[in-house]
Amino acid sequence: MKNTGTILSEREKILGRIREALKISAPLPGSHDEVTTHAHAESPASHAREWLPSVGTSAAEQFDLFAKNAADLKADFQLLNSREELPAALKKIAAAEKWSRIASHDGELSNFASTTLGLPVMLTDKGYDVQEMEKCDAGISECDAFIAQTGGVVVTSRSAGGRALSVLPPHHIVIARREQLVADLPAAFALLKQKYADNYPSMISFITGPSRTGDIERILVLGAHGPKKLTILCF
Amino acid sequence: MSFVSQFKSLASEKTRDLRHRLVIRTALRGYEIVRDKRKAAFQSWESARQAAAETKWEAINHLDEHLIALTSKLEARGTKVHWASNGAQAREIIAQILRDKKARSIIKSKAMTSEEIHLNHALEKEGFTVVESDLGEFIVQLRHEPPYHIVFPSMHLTRGEIKDLFQKELGDAPSDSPEDLTMVARRVMRQKYLTADVGFTGGNFAIAETGMISITENEGNARLTAALPKTMITLMGIEKVLPRFSDLALFLPMLATAGAGQPMTCYNTMYSGPRQPGECDGPEEWHVILLDNRRTELLADAEQRDSLHCIRCGACLNVCPIFRNVGGHTYGTTYSGPVGAVITPHLRGLQDWKHLSNASSLCGACTEACPVKIDLHHHLLQNRRNASANEPAFFEKLAYKMFAIVANEPAFWSLAKKIGWLTQPLQSLVKGSALDPAKAWTKTRDLPPQPLESFKDWWKNRQ
Repeated sequence: MKNTGTILSEREKILGRIREALKISAPLPGSHDEVTTHAHAESPASHAREWLPSVGTSAAEQFDLFAKNAADLKADFQLLNSREELPAALKKIAAAEKWSRIASHDGELSNFASTTLGLPVMLTDKGYDVQEMEKCDAGISECDAFIAQTGGVVVTSRSAGGRALSVLPPHHIVIARREQLVADLPAAFALLKQKYADNYPSMISFITGPSRTGDIERILVLGAHGPKKLTILCF
Repeated sequence: MSFVSQFKSLASEKTRDLRHRLVIRTALRGYEIVRDKRKAAFQSWESARQAAAETKWEAINHLDEHLIALTSKLEARGTKVHWASNGAQAREIIAQILRDKKARSIIKSKAMTSEEIHLNHALEKEGFTVVESDLGEFIVQLRHEPPYHIVFPSMHLTRGEIKDLFQKELGDAPSDSPEDLTMVARRVMRQKYLTADVGFTGGNFAIAETGMISITENEGNARLTAALPKTMITLMGIEKVLPRFSDLALFLPMLATAGAGQPMTCYNTMYSGPRQPGECDGPEEWHVILLDNRRTELLADAEQRDSLHCIRCGACLNVCPIFRNVGGHTYGTTYSGPVGAVITPHLRGLQDWKHLSNASSLCGACTEACPVKIDLHHHLLQNRRNASANEPAFFEKLAYKMFAIVANEPAFWSLAKKIGWLTQPLQSLVKGSALDPAKAWTKTRDLPPQPLESFKDWWKNRQ
């Protein structure tokens, strides 16, 4: 591992073997053995939008698509008429599940949501005890975007209270604004790039439905390790 | 026992096992239905495949540049990057990190590269406790066996068998419902996450442009593995690179669709460093180990270089008639199915593993299923050609020479036909037994009877 004098490091050895191997060119896929050293000028995946599942054009269509996809994933999506309906929606869930303690993070929307319940709130921002978070009934977080094409949400370690908040408590509640809806995956990646390109959060996660497994006889079970429930409250 | 005779004996045992066939066929029929539905949702699955193939071509054919970009970005944000030419070096790097950290317990999320280098065995021998957190991997770990399939490790087991296993090993199995059994594993694993010293993961894609490693999973176990322990280790093959961040917009849904018939896998997470200033959690240290382990030899074979495009979705295993009948464990390799048959001879020696390329009907279902268009069934043929070119089989060569002499001389040919017709009643007496010269064929098949009048004679009589 150490690069001492004339002895090549493993890095140099591996890169050397790669360069040696690449002296012979391989045909481009689908080119019928025609050998090229350069692919197309633009990135081959740049037209992904034209091939991925279609998403419609109007905002109304895309909200409907998100709702349908989220339902297929067994996530709960509630489109509220205004911010004022948020406390009632949250209280209803908290009462049904008998929450006694929640985890959240500092943020305009997440503060509004977590204080409205009148329950003890554990905030992650200044460091926290994981054993304490494990005892919380729900994790409330904001998100960067939600995607019509997949029915999923995008969170980052910066926008959603760190790495564990969205995955350790048994119920993950996402608070989102309508304008955070993006049509498709290429739009979500473009948004992340525009927002963070000079300093990405150390974790970016595309969450598409509550945690699941099919490892026993390929039968779907929710809540394998992460949250059993995912609720997206949008106004 | 040699690898080939082991393969043959396990294959004939498994093809006779009707219970095994039923379990696998039921699971894969369900997969086919959902996969077809998801593929149909694409506006153009074929264009997406072509773009994915070209993107991986670009990544692999400029691998050196992409690896340099990837690692310099990772290192700039405090990640420690290690390079390992082979399994032994990778194991030693990992063991050394564990010793330095005075670690005792390791929680692992699914990583086929760790199976490839037999990591668990090596770490357990040194006294470390290693727990697989993916449910399927956890189940096969409790059974002390390797994963049956690269994506569905425990697909060969029924809920009853898993219930008995949990009862025996964990003393906890309330019923045989998949829900109850999954919750048992969840409870067991929770405390392990909270107390593990080190979290270990694999990687699905490495983004050269932004210096990120993307991990795809359904359960949330990799998310927790990368969130809670103080030290994180990621082991990944050097071929996992993609040039651009935005390439994931294509690869994530394609991996999910080809691999499991999902629109997207539940968690697709990109990591670009250990915990950064201002962040509230995540590991203090992140070690990324890039593994060669003879991938550069495969790279040097321009004809089969595209097999490094593989994104390990398992689609070719799922559609392969051989895999479905002989089962995943019969291969005796980390990577089974068509892609395993193609790459294992490069990774572990052609002469020892050429039999995998012969165990194929060359139907091409694998090539058609592959989301990155690897020319799998032609590579199987090339392996056969290469194997016989550098170690010709004496009797096979002799047999073809004799055949050529007989077939080129009409007199010999008609004599051979007569002998064949005269001796065929004798063949039926010894059919399938050790005395049968056509045993390899007739053991499991019928030899059609040879008519007295050949087509040529029949034609002549008509003139």
